[in-house]
Amino acid sequence: MIIPKLALRNLLGAGLRTWLNVVVLSLSFVLIIWLQGLYKGMGDQIKEAEIDVEYGGGQYWHESYDPYDPLTLEDAHGAVPDPIQNKIDKDEATPVLIAQATIYPEGRLQPILLKGIDPAQTVVNFPSQFLVQENGEIPALIGTRMAKSTGLKIGDMIIVRWRDAQGTFDARDIYIAQIMKTIVPAVDQGQIWIPLETMRELMGMQNEASLVVMAKDIEELPVVSGWNFKSLEFLLADIEYLIKTKKTGGSIMYMFLLLLAMLAIFNTQVLSIFRRKKEMGTMMAMGFTRGKIIQLFTLEGALHSVLAGIIAAIYGIPFLVWFAKKGWAMPEGYDDFGIALGEKLFPIYTAGLVFGTVMLILTVTTIVSFLPTRKIAKLKPTDALRGRLS
Amino acid sequence: MDNSYLIRTKDLVKTYPVGQTKLYALNRVNLDFKPGEFAGLVGPSGSGKTTFLNIVGSLDSPSEGSVVVMGKKIEDLSHKQAAWLRNKNIGFIFQTFNLLPVYTVYENVEFPLLLLNLSPKERKEKVIKALEWVKLADRAKSKPAQLSGGEGQRVAVARAIVKEPSIILADEPTANLDAENSFNILDTMEELNHELNTTFIFATHDEKVIKYLRRKITLVDGKVAKDEVYEQKNSKGDN
Repeated sequence: MIIPKLALRNLLGAGLRTWLNVVVLSLSFVLIIWLQGLYKGMGDQIKEAEIDVEYGGGQYWHESYDPYDPLTLEDAHGAVPDPIQNKIDKDEATPVLIAQATIYPEGRLQPILLKGIDPAQTVVNFPSQFLVQENGEIPALIGTRMAKSTGLKIGDMIIVRWRDAQGTFDARDIYIAQIMKTIVPAVDQGQIWIPLETMRELMGMQNEASLVVMAKDIEELPVVSGWNFKSLEFLLADIEYLIKTKKTGGSIMYMFLLLLAMLAIFNTQVLSIFRRKKEMGTMMAMGFTRGKIIQLFTLEGALHSVLAGIIAAIYGIPFLVWFAKKGWAMPEGYDDFGIALGEKLFPIYTAGLVFGTVMLILTVTTIVSFLPTRKIAKLKPTDALRGRLS
Repeated sequence: MDNSYLIRTKDLVKTYPVGQTKLYALNRVNLDFKPGEFAGLVGPSGSGKTTFLNIVGSLDSPSEGSVVVMGKKIEDLSHKQAAWLRNKNIGFIFQTFNLLPVYTVYENVEFPLLLLNLSPKERKEKVIKALEWVKLADRAKSKPAQLSGGEGQRVAVARAIVKEPSIILADEPTANLDAENSFNILDTMEELNHELNTTFIFATHDEKVIKYLRRKITLVDGKVAKDEVYEQKNSKGDN
């Protein structure tokens, strides 16, 4: 316990130099935790929204269905197999039928995806109840982004044209029953939702679907030919990749700050070793080995991170807690980002994040503190006492 | 080996390379020191006084010859063994005091005890005793920057004697002190020499110090030119 006590004493004795390093390092602590927490919060928020509104507990896709290839949509449908139909009958799944169509808002042609969903479904948190047909007209549901891009309002009638299962063009008027506000652009942009049975009838695709969304926590997943189950891991892979990319981009900022702090500590260590050679010589004369002096100087440097952790906790915890409660209001037009961002982002700080950050900074600081002390290993006591490096 | 000697050097040579040649800092030095001696190495700058103290203090090693301190051959000691010898048996006093600036007087004096595995209570007793010896108990909480030169050197003396070593090596201890402080320090060291039977070896060319010596060894160009022993302190500074 002698070395840590001496190290702390020396560090505190260095005064302003120590506190400058500590403050910069504490900023790194807070910034890393804040930014990583923000990305974690954003990632969780997006994933939760996607699962809640679109993905459920995973999806069965018709073998020809490829959401990234609209040209295959024409063939991407088929009769729902019995094992999956059983799940649908038990409200453990809901089918979605997807087809390409065209609308003509304000006289202009606009290709869209026409999607059919059961108005009574409860599998996903989607406002399909507005699709209950009441007066023979076809109700349609669109999102705010779609409404904005087409200029459609509730009650508007619009012509939709499509090709049915036999390849015949057909068209009908539909009316906008509701405009939903959702944070998930994947169920909004370029899409019009209508009742599933109506769509099946219009398309000539009785009992067919393009995909089937499973309810959350369904453990028994039947294996059926012609249909592939897509797990949440698969469905969320793009989002995970996006978050990872954003995290990497964001980390440049705090890595830069951390680099500055490390440079300051490295500089302090180099200066310390240069200026305190006589002190080292005196310690050696009193019986300290070079190894103990290296330990002392390394620990002095490493303790910067401990002090920084304490300082960061003093101002960082209130800031981070306040931010976690208040959230970060997204700027105007945030919903054009193409990902399921809410109006506010709420950071999530996990114990792993805090512990990992502490360990990262402690390790990096210790390494940076140790590097300059290697010179001490070659230091002769007589040279040190004269204030010279060997 | 004759155990009555605390330090014995035999044909001690220390050379430093200077270009293609060697500079002899010490050249065939044969000296013995008994417990309780109050001796000094005198001579002009470059005569090898500090080099001799460094080797005896196990801070440096001889180029040739043999140095035995407290029964240990300096040339055979590892770095750790040398550090242990210094920690247990040798106290150093330097010309520039070499106090650690961030520590208080108390902590500076306590410093050599930290490696000795003493309990805090034992350490405290020894530090207080050492500070009382040098009459600085009332300045225990002061920082080195708050002390006068004389006080600073007295702290250095207290730090050297706190572990009650067998040998204290003092390199020009009065060089930075005025006459009054020099005499105070020397009186203190003489008292400790009597009280604790500690061997003091000085490296000096200060006449004030020479007056106190009971043995004066004159070094010239790394060789022993004279080795004089006095019954009592050499109060006239007589050569």
